[in-house]
Amino acid sequence: MAAENEIRYLTPQQQDKKKKKYCRFKKSGIKYIDYKDPEFLKKFLNEQGKILPRRITGTSLKYQRKVAQAVKRARHLALLPYVTDCMK
Amino acid sequence: MQSVLCAMRIFCAAYTYLITYFIQLSLMLNHYETAFILTPVLSESQMKEAVDKFENLLTSNGATIANREEWGLKKLAYPIQGKTTGFYALLQFDAEPAVVATLETAYRRDEKVVRFLTFRLDKYAYEYAQKRINKTTKVEEA
Repeated sequence: MAAENEIRYLTPQQQDKKKKKYCRFKKSGIKYIDYKDPEFLKKFLNEQGKILPRRITGTSLKYQRKVAQAVKRARHLALLPYVTDCMK
Repeated sequence: MQSVLCAMRIFCAAYTYLITYFIQLSLMLNHYETAFILTPVLSESQMKEAVDKFENLLTSNGATIANREEWGLKKLAYPIQGKTTGFYALLQFDAEPAVVATLETAYRRDEKVVRFLTFRLDKYAYEYAQKRINKTTKVEEA
């Protein structure tokens, strides 16, 4: 009976543990997000220049607000585009 | 009788507290940062002159300049007033809140200024700004 319950796989089963997302600002202790650095802010934008949601970047709510503010400031000063087709 | 005295005391304390609060408000100094874009049709010296003009305006209004940066001619991410490039300048200063309004009216009156942005630096932003100043001065020395 015990042998029946035992299921054997030919290839070792992959245990895909989902990597936990983390907030990079909390991890590295960044307190202020600078709008003057558009290259850094591009990490939080998609191809069209839209701000990526928190569920994708893993940023905490506190810093997502700051990212949004920095991006908006950069857009106002024409450091980042409001709309585009290909960002990179 | 005693309750009246007590109420009087509380009233006096609150009053003095309010007065000190208003005095602090009137003497309040904030850290500000302002960035603006000048039209690319200017020459290098004209650009410097324009930045000097705003710097002098700030100092004459009782502000102290902490940092001044000119990023030079840069490409804009999108055209503004039919122009694709612009001179970027950055000023950091300590001033009373009323100074910002006079600065912004000066920006609006000046045809050379295409875009401007002024905001108050919070605690962490100020720390970052100080670091930035130290870094740039070190680079200049080296």
